[in-house]
Amino acid sequence: MNTGARSNLFQNDLVVVNMGLASFGENLRRTGTRVVQVDWRPEARGNPEMLAALDLLRGTDGELLPEITTANTEAVSRLLKARPTITGIGRAIDLIPEMKKNLVLHAGPPVSWERMCGPMRGAVIGGLIYEGLAKNPDEAASLAASGRIAFDPCHHHQSVGPMAGVITASMPVWIVENTTFQNRAYSTLNEGLGKVLRYGAYSDEVIQRLRWMERVLAPVLAEAIALHGPIDLVNLIAQALQMGDEVHNRNRAATSLLIRELAPHLVSTKAGADKVAEVLRFMHTNDHFFLNLSMAACKSALDPTLGIANSTMISTMARNGTDFGIRVSGLGNRWFTASSPKVDGLYLPGFSEADAAPDIGDSVITETAGLGGFAMAAAPAIVQFVGGNVSRALAFTRDMYEITLAENPAYRIPTLDFRGTPTGIELTRVVAEGILPVVNTGIAHREPGIGMVGAGLVRPPMACFEAALQAFSKTFRNVTNPQEKR
Amino acid sequence: MPNHVIILKDSYYDSVLLMRISREVKSLAGIEDAAVVMATPQNKSLLSSAGYSDPEMDKAGPNDLIIVVRSTNIERDKIESAIADLLKADRHIEESEHQPRSLTAALRTASEINLAIISVPGLYAAREARRALERGLHVLLFSDNVSIEDEISLKLQALRRGLLMMGPDCGTAIINGKPLAFANVVRSGSIGIVGASGTGIQEMTCCIHRLGGGISQAIGTGGRDLSDRVGGMMTIQGIEMLSADPTTQVIVVISKPPSPQVAESVLKSLAKASKPAVVHFVGANESSLDRKKNAIVFADSLAGAAEAACRLVGFTAGTEAISSIDPGLVSRLSAQLRPDTKLRGLFCGGTTGQEALALLSREKLEIRSNLQKDKTLRITGTQCVSGHVILDLGDDAFTVGRPHPMIEPVLRNERLHLEMQDSEVGVLLFDCLLGYGSHEDPAGILAEGVRSSRAIARQRSTELVAVASITGTELDPQGYQNQKHKLEDADVIVMENNRQAVLLAAAVLKQCASHH
Repeated sequence: MNTGARSNLFQNDLVVVNMGLASFGENLRRTGTRVVQVDWRPEARGNPEMLAALDLLRGTDGELLPEITTANTEAVSRLLKARPTITGIGRAIDLIPEMKKNLVLHAGPPVSWERMCGPMRGAVIGGLIYEGLAKNPDEAASLAASGRIAFDPCHHHQSVGPMAGVITASMPVWIVENTTFQNRAYSTLNEGLGKVLRYGAYSDEVIQRLRWMERVLAPVLAEAIALHGPIDLVNLIAQALQMGDEVHNRNRAATSLLIRELAPHLVSTKAGADKVAEVLRFMHTNDHFFLNLSMAACKSALDPTLGIANSTMISTMARNGTDFGIRVSGLGNRWFTASSPKVDGLYLPGFSEADAAPDIGDSVITETAGLGGFAMAAAPAIVQFVGGNVSRALAFTRDMYEITLAENPAYRIPTLDFRGTPTGIELTRVVAEGILPVVNTGIAHREPGIGMVGAGLVRPPMACFEAALQAFSKTFRNVTNPQEKR
Repeated sequence: MPNHVIILKDSYYDSVLLMRISREVKSLAGIEDAAVVMATPQNKSLLSSAGYSDPEMDKAGPNDLIIVVRSTNIERDKIESAIADLLKADRHIEESEHQPRSLTAALRTASEINLAIISVPGLYAAREARRALERGLHVLLFSDNVSIEDEISLKLQALRRGLLMMGPDCGTAIINGKPLAFANVVRSGSIGIVGASGTGIQEMTCCIHRLGGGISQAIGTGGRDLSDRVGGMMTIQGIEMLSADPTTQVIVVISKPPSPQVAESVLKSLAKASKPAVVHFVGANESSLDRKKNAIVFADSLAGAAEAACRLVGFTAGTEAISSIDPGLVSRLSAQLRPDTKLRGLFCGGTTGQEALALLSREKLEIRSNLQKDKTLRITGTQCVSGHVILDLGDDAFTVGRPHPMIEPVLRNERLHLEMQDSEVGVLLFDCLLGYGSHEDPAGILAEGVRSSRAIARQRSTELVAVASITGTELDPQGYQNQKHKLEDADVIVMENNRQAVLLAAAVLKQCASHH
């Protein structure tokens, strides 16, 4: 290579990368030279501590050290090999590891009752009433504050939940199995829009719906799934992406595909026509019915990537409405958190930014797995939701290729010439290039009991990634022999 | 007077764009002064020395944008919205096409990249250059403010990998016929150049082109390459590459005079190259050079070096010694002027200015200049002085917080008007640099400056002789002939090259003095 490069320059066509003054590149292009213009900005925003941490993990050529690259290849290949499959529906207490009657699972990183935001508290209140542990909201609130109720992130129990993400013992949950690694993920069944528990609503109407879901919806669906046999979610999501979903903020196609898949088996259940009609109507009127399955699919795909030594891939992103948290593959269970950001979005009539709770929910697991905002280019129909035009949707996805390790060969985007979705967020690239993951999300009212007020776009706080990078480089330095480092 | 300080967090823009925006903000009604800069430590200290202070400013970091405005009657939100519009207009262009944000990302999209042009702020430049070399890329580093320690380590790294490390502070190169940074469009041919000076390479390649010759490669090295500490590393590397290049038949080396040791190693490497060679050390004392050594031709000017190189590859037409000046023209011009007439040479190019100083000194004229080595004649700072004056307007003293006059030649007109307040000024001397990267109409701007200067002179019943040369070719985007006409329309005498322009000015001044 050494002598080659030297003698080759004068014999080969010039291919130039231009960093800085754009006119230098434009002029060269006018002479017919191929030029790649870099939209340059100071690496890691010029932060010297971050630069030092990055330098420790990379060679002088700017690429990650071989042991990190190897670990990342392993992490992302596990993610790509995942085969999430619906195998059934059961009760949380029977399925979720360490689930207890007095345990409430919630979205995001760990958070105490005292620090919970409004909608999260509302959902806890609703959950306790639903479980019969409290008779009314006041009783539920004092029980929650009493210390007799345990709180824990869904993520610590192979589970995920949208928005407040509350799961209590009696709730029915989807069982999604990643057949490649034989691990499972659980999520509740989606309640629909408007006044719902996940947005912190706990009125009678909310509790009644949850009871109906437990009594009617879950058993009927469970029977239909049993008749159908396991449903391959990779296949279903791949089709939905080609039908305009990104399976986070748009699930219309995936929901329809699921209904189509299950319809003949629903009819064959012993539930009777009225019940089946109720079930079908419920799914039909909720465009987000599939969301909880999309999330469980992503959770089951990502769990096998957590804890691969030396990997800088992000295995988890989640928020509880107070904090935004991430977990890095090579750092195992440690959460790196920062204040949950405000969502930039559109509001339902009668609501404004002043009503919005900070970003909340486990649904950002879809972006972590390369869907949602990362697949925005697949879902031009919802770019208006995030205040943009179609070219902006394409740009969002294109940007995400800059911070990801791979393209998912199963999930392809028609408008990008069937390029695979950007998959496997890599920590050092996020910090070095200053590109934050793009997340599509709903917006909850900041007060408990009101519900959804809008939807929009959000970026995680850079501080999570910076703290994770700092910790990673510290760990890395301690385990590798400092004598070996130049 | 009230000062407004506005900080925009995490909004990186390159400095040239910001200078343009600063200028547009300054032109808004009611604004006395304005600056739009990234909050680097240097910029912050510049601002505080200009009298701006704000606690928010102290907290801002290098990725934050600072806007300061001194104004009597403009409201803060008006400034904010004006700035937002100006910035938005530019970002729009950037967003129309997807661009990688780093070298690493660029290489992922195009692995065939073989050369990096780097013009990011000096603070970050060495880091980016090091990474490019590490990835096996040749580098043209336009940025200045890179330490000499970094330069040495970058060049050592390049040598180990057999790569070109052009710069820091390298403004011009032509590789495989492609003009890089501030280069002119010239014919391809068999003359290879290694140069430690941007405008020197420009003037030389244009002279060669106009004589009918062509360029194989023109390798820039950055102005410090032939210093004792850098030791000519890239000059020698360039000579070796040209020596191995079958297209190159003649090698030309140009630089400011190096120390004897460095000169020795450069000449040694030329001797080893076993190709005919021409050397020109701009501003060197001729007698200090051993003219016979190694059968290398030593030239006395950039044009002279071009002529020598063309002769060596067989282009003889027009390469005879043409340095003689038409005596009729000299008499006609000097007749209009008073005996005590003084010269103002205002140069946008450092090396063309250097050459003017050297040739005029050789003609025994006493020249005050910011390029002077002689301390008694050296100008420091930006105040006007009397006597014969040559100014390099690209000097740091003139370019702090402003664009280089090659990009914004109106800055030279502003200086010219200041100089015209000295009633002794009667001979003006200019360079006029064309090519990619330069202003789109430097001659048009200069012609305006000369016309208004002539009007000033005529108000006090004196005449003005303006002499210029154009560093450019008809292939340049501005077009040589078009630019020449614009100058001639303003009664500027356009000479064939910088040497001829300087010699004409010298002859006119000497004849004026002899009228006494």
